[in-house]
Amino acid sequence: MSLINLAFKKTKNEKRPALLTYIVAGDNTKKESLEILKSIADYADICEIGFPHNTPIADGGQIQSSAYRALKNGIKIKDVFSIVKDFKKSKQAKPVILMGYYNVVFQYGDDNFISICRKVGVDGLIVVDLPYPENKIFAQKCKKMNINFIQLVSPTTSQKRMKNIIKDSHDMIYYISMLSTTGGKLKVSPKKILKRYNKIKNLNKNKNIVIGFGITEKTIASLKKSDGLVVGSALCKEISKSIQKRQNPVTNVTNIVKRLRKKII
Amino acid sequence: MKLKKKVPLIDQHDKYGFWGGKFGGSFIPETLKKPIEDLTVLFEKLRHNKKFLKQKDFYFKNYIGSPTSFIKLQKLTSHLGGAQIYAKMVSEANGGAHKIYNATVHCLIAKKAGKNYVVGDTGAGYAGKMLSMAAKKFGLKCRIFMGAKDIKRQKPNVEAMKKNGAEIVPVYSGSQTLVDAVSECMRYWVSNCNNTHMCVGSTVGPNIFVKICGWSTSQISKELKLQLKYEFKKLPKKIKLINCIGGGSSAYGFWSDFIDYDKKQIELIGVEAGGAKNSKLHAAPLTNNAKLGILHGAAAYVCQNSEGQINDTESISAGLDYPGVSPIHCFLKDTKRARYTSATDEAALSAYKLVTRLEKINPSLEPCHAFAEAIKIAPKLSKNTIIIVNSCGDAKKDRDILKVRLGKIN
Repeated sequence: MSLINLAFKKTKNEKRPALLTYIVAGDNTKKESLEILKSIADYADICEIGFPHNTPIADGGQIQSSAYRALKNGIKIKDVFSIVKDFKKSKQAKPVILMGYYNVVFQYGDDNFISICRKVGVDGLIVVDLPYPENKIFAQKCKKMNINFIQLVSPTTSQKRMKNIIKDSHDMIYYISMLSTTGGKLKVSPKKILKRYNKIKNLNKNKNIVIGFGITEKTIASLKKSDGLVVGSALCKEISKSIQKRQNPVTNVTNIVKRLRKKII
Repeated sequence: MKLKKKVPLIDQHDKYGFWGGKFGGSFIPETLKKPIEDLTVLFEKLRHNKKFLKQKDFYFKNYIGSPTSFIKLQKLTSHLGGAQIYAKMVSEANGGAHKIYNATVHCLIAKKAGKNYVVGDTGAGYAGKMLSMAAKKFGLKCRIFMGAKDIKRQKPNVEAMKKNGAEIVPVYSGSQTLVDAVSECMRYWVSNCNNTHMCVGSTVGPNIFVKICGWSTSQISKELKLQLKYEFKKLPKKIKLINCIGGGSSAYGFWSDFIDYDKKQIELIGVEAGGAKNSKLHAAPLTNNAKLGILHGAAAYVCQNSEGQINDTESISAGLDYPGVSPIHCFLKDTKRARYTSATDEAALSAYKLVTRLEKINPSLEPCHAFAEAIKIAPKLSKNTIIIVNSCGDAKKDRDILKVRLGKIN
């Protein structure tokens, strides 16, 4: 069983949703982002790590700032891989999902990228701008290497398309809560989000479906009747704030993750 | 990789939207799949709908002012002493540039789609200005994304957009130019696609936007074909069609109905922005053999580093200041149907000086890149060669830059 599936099994036994965190690799530095990851891993069930891109077409201001900061500090894709490798040395059982845009993968070469992912211990991949069905071949390649390719579904995804996506998906599916870039204010009621979520869930109860976009300390509790919840922009925002105030982002981000975790128990 | 004859280039893609198997496509977030599919279906329906076509032709004629004139630049020809130089004065179109074709069609589509808002990106400000004009004409609310650097350097167009009632959103991320404006516009659409129509300002972006834009600007070559037959009785044996290339929308429009001809008879020459002399930053991915990459939802040659991060570009002409290029121009390059080169900022400025000194026309800095190439090659060509430059924009918007660089304006 994949580490991702195991993580969901565990949280289901504990009757709570999985907590997924997202930060950008190399934000603010390579060393510091690794420290943040190691520290929040004690409270997060799955760690998403962004590989930065300078023309992101689906990210809001917070994640953009994180990505630009990381790139400005010279982060390279090989550094992203080494962060994952170092992280996995101490947190072997914690699933890691890499997330980013296709051009970075494409320049590396699909096969090359996937095989390095496997070598350093990546458990899953999200490629924001490689939608279904164009991603079918890529997803199959991932599966062969025991890497979960995570399909996204959104409020605009039709029922027919949803069925096809779920049929071809792996262990986890990412449901985008609303029409928004990352970090937007939750503009749809949690009730409505959960209603749509359940519709997807009913198509195949074996799939783990997480909800992302607009999840913060304020909103997380209202969505806890799901398999998992992703918090990204709120953490990136905290890193920005910490840097601005010359405080330690490791402590500050960890504190948020602790609080988030408490709210979904 | 081969071009098909008798099929418009915009339709020569496979089922995933790729030209030549590798250029184009739709690399988009899941949220945009449905709106883009809806738009694709609607556009296919409309382009075969007689009533819609009649409506389009009506506005092209009565609102845009088609056809724009085709004139001989006699003094420039005599001065250079070689090929006969002509210009297709697309800058006569309502608003002063070819961008009005795409903007008008997008607004007509938005109306049919029942959307009340249109959003668009702009570099030189022409795409934004035209979209704001057309939006006003058709009663749509309009929002334009524009790089903060471009807002400063293209003031006249910014003023025009404001006058038309558009909301201008300055973009401060990245290089604060067109590339960032397009990203921000797409992000806005992701969040508002339920009630908003997006217009991409050039033949770039996801497949359907390349098609809509190319379909709209192809009006230019349709007019030119008739004008050539009228002027010369039949198509001359040696023609060179020279056009500047940013995203490539005016060039595609200028060339589309001539692509089927043999290149020995009609040569297609695209001129990219080479940037300042001796500067490493340029906006010429085709000329400099940039690698294939994915930018703004399409695969095309793009100025980028080995990590896949998109390069900053620099050009005196905001309209050409873009690291990517249309997938259809990549296809035309690889099939060797068109030839691509670049002109520096300095060459474009000298072309501006020469052309405006000799002729009563006022081309913007974008087509001045094309004029620079014409000026370079004309003296070496025979007198029976016909060079036609697409003068696709008017220099009014460049008044501040020209004042600084040349000390005066025409």
